[in-house]
Amino acid sequence: MARAVPAWWQAGPFAAVFGLFFLLPLALTLAVSFWNFNEYELIPAFSLRNYLTVFEGCGALGDRGNLCVTLATYASTLQLCALVWACTLALGFTVAYFLAFHVRSPGMQTALFVLCTVPFWTSNVIRMISWVPLLGRNGLVNDFLMGAHLVDHPVEWLLFSRFSVVLAFVHLYTMFMIVPIFNSMMRIDRSLLEAASDAGASAWQALWNVVVPLSRTGILIGSIFVITIVMGDFVTIGVMGGQQIASVGKIIQVQTSYLQFPLAAANAVILLAVVLMIIWGLTQLVDIRREL
Amino acid sequence: MAHDQNDAPKGLLRRSLLQGTAGILATGLAPAIHAQDKPVLRYLGTAVNQDKEIADKFKADTGITIQYVAVTTDDVTKRAVTAPNSFDLLDTEYFSLKKIVPTGNLKGIDVKRVKNADKITALFTRGEVAGKKVGDQGTAPKKVIFLEGEKSKVFAKAPTQFMSLIPTTYNADTLGIRPDLIKRPINSWAELLNPEFKGKTSILNIPSIGIMDAAMVVEAMGKYKYPDKGNMTKKEIDLTIATLIEAKKAGQFRALWKDFNESVNLMASGEVVIQSMWSPAVTAVRTKGIDCVFQPLKEGYRAWASGFGLPATLSGKKLDAAYEFINWFLDGWAGAYLNRQGYYSAVLETAKAKMEPYEWAYWMEGKPATQDIKSPHGDLLAKTGSVRDGGSYEQRMGGIACWNAVMDENEYMVRKWNEFVAA
Repeated sequence: MARAVPAWWQAGPFAAVFGLFFLLPLALTLAVSFWNFNEYELIPAFSLRNYLTVFEGCGALGDRGNLCVTLATYASTLQLCALVWACTLALGFTVAYFLAFHVRSPGMQTALFVLCTVPFWTSNVIRMISWVPLLGRNGLVNDFLMGAHLVDHPVEWLLFSRFSVVLAFVHLYTMFMIVPIFNSMMRIDRSLLEAASDAGASAWQALWNVVVPLSRTGILIGSIFVITIVMGDFVTIGVMGGQQIASVGKIIQVQTSYLQFPLAAANAVILLAVVLMIIWGLTQLVDIRREL
Repeated sequence: MAHDQNDAPKGLLRRSLLQGTAGILATGLAPAIHAQDKPVLRYLGTAVNQDKEIADKFKADTGITIQYVAVTTDDVTKRAVTAPNSFDLLDTEYFSLKKIVPTGNLKGIDVKRVKNADKITALFTRGEVAGKKVGDQGTAPKKVIFLEGEKSKVFAKAPTQFMSLIPTTYNADTLGIRPDLIKRPINSWAELLNPEFKGKTSILNIPSIGIMDAAMVVEAMGKYKYPDKGNMTKKEIDLTIATLIEAKKAGQFRALWKDFNESVNLMASGEVVIQSMWSPAVTAVRTKGIDCVFQPLKEGYRAWASGFGLPATLSGKKLDAAYEFINWFLDGWAGAYLNRQGYYSAVLETAKAKMEPYEWAYWMEGKPATQDIKSPHGDLLAKTGSVRDGGSYEQRMGGIACWNAVMDENEYMVRKWNEFVAA
């Protein structure tokens, strides 16, 4: 007991921060999601109205065979999320592999690693917007394509499309994959690779059977970063999608700006549940506690 | 006003020198005395209306500091409803009042303390321009400008001593076009959904305003005539959104825009050739040397108006300072400044006194410019001989079809709008 008290004291500050800035707001959001509201006030009374509104019409397909807004929005957000995840994983893994196994000197490794962070020296929004003059109808890429007579009309899908959204996400968030994967790779005992090669494994076999399984903690952590960011994002999807692509974050933002806080809270709770389920699913694949 | 234009610079210099010295002394020696001297007014509004030069000029004239708090249109309302003590002066649009006034967070403005109150244009008090009634669909200011008392939560049907907002700026919006890329005359809102411009149009993604533009298009296409575009029934909302969704699925829109700069960039880069647009955004495109027209249309305009409100808790020196600012604002200098930006000011005769006759003729009377027209910042806006889009004040404001609004079915409308975005 004498030793337990200091331990509690040490855990105290973080527990307080955690309680105050995470648990309390979360509990409030949950509570508000069951409140009623009108144009200008929240009415604290238990009501399922917000959840019913969110899923209104989701029991059946609409007249044109379309999904209800909520399901359509989740479908669109999840699809983007999957695309971004696949691209960032492929890129992040490759870059991390190069840094960890091909660059020999630690000095060079650090230098290249810092190079990867250079884009983070400017703001997110600026990095995003700088794509616009490049990809636009009269942008550099189209100018080049037209000039080289590769196309007759400007390519329209380069900007304000799913393509541009995924491109911007990959540009913005690949770093979140590189760092944890690189970190895992650096801990791999090099003698394992030598052993693999001694045992006659090809480079691909060593990669697939040694490096990938031993990097899975990094892959998992990177995936959690990317998935949580993309699921909640509304700025990137808005700017790069020309505000025409639905995202759950955007719906929440529109609702809060119209003072429909309970509806927004209900949407936030559902979003949180979906993201937690995805993360739970991922952690089933890797026992993250043991690996760390 | 004590200063006329000639002695202003000298007075300004002396005053700022004195203040600078006082400031240096005050930081080390007597901060309390300095702070008590003149109040600071926290001015909550959108960035578009928060001009540094207006605050500087007011400070020079009265010594009162205006501290701008810039947020988006939606956030102005949100803060007025949820955090009424976070500002001393509210600059918001009339349509937001339906949400703010019932909370009791606004104090009725006593017109007896506002010197030029009786000179405020009849457009606000009676809904008239040059003696003729204009369209009052939506949240027309005359419906919400008077309160029953100083602490009232309901709007008065007839003029009273207490105003909810003192009007500052207003204008009538229409479509902006790129004549160099369209190459033919445009005269109807219906052109926004004309397949000829497929993939090259855009609409405003602020649901309560965007849906009004969509309604103007629906009426212009002859699909439906709304009893009140600013207050639709669920059925009418469904019809309007269905029209938008159909157009979106056919690839009509290049993008939707939410803020001023987005609309300027879409137009200037040629991504879009026709879109709903705000007048100063058209001016901004034009100052880049790109031809852009704020196109008058036969169905008329969608109007908006903003004004100053006072939070219910404001009292004492700060309240006096707020009234001083309102009086100063209606006194002409600010009005002339706004008129030169292409907005309209609430008291026309004081603004006229502060403008050159050739400026007044161009901006307000729709006459060809006899000299080059410059913005308050000195940028060239129009060359000699050109005429303002939409003509005179009476032609433009007399052509109002509806006003920006908040509908009774607002929640349903926002939900349906999200459906349009998700389609």
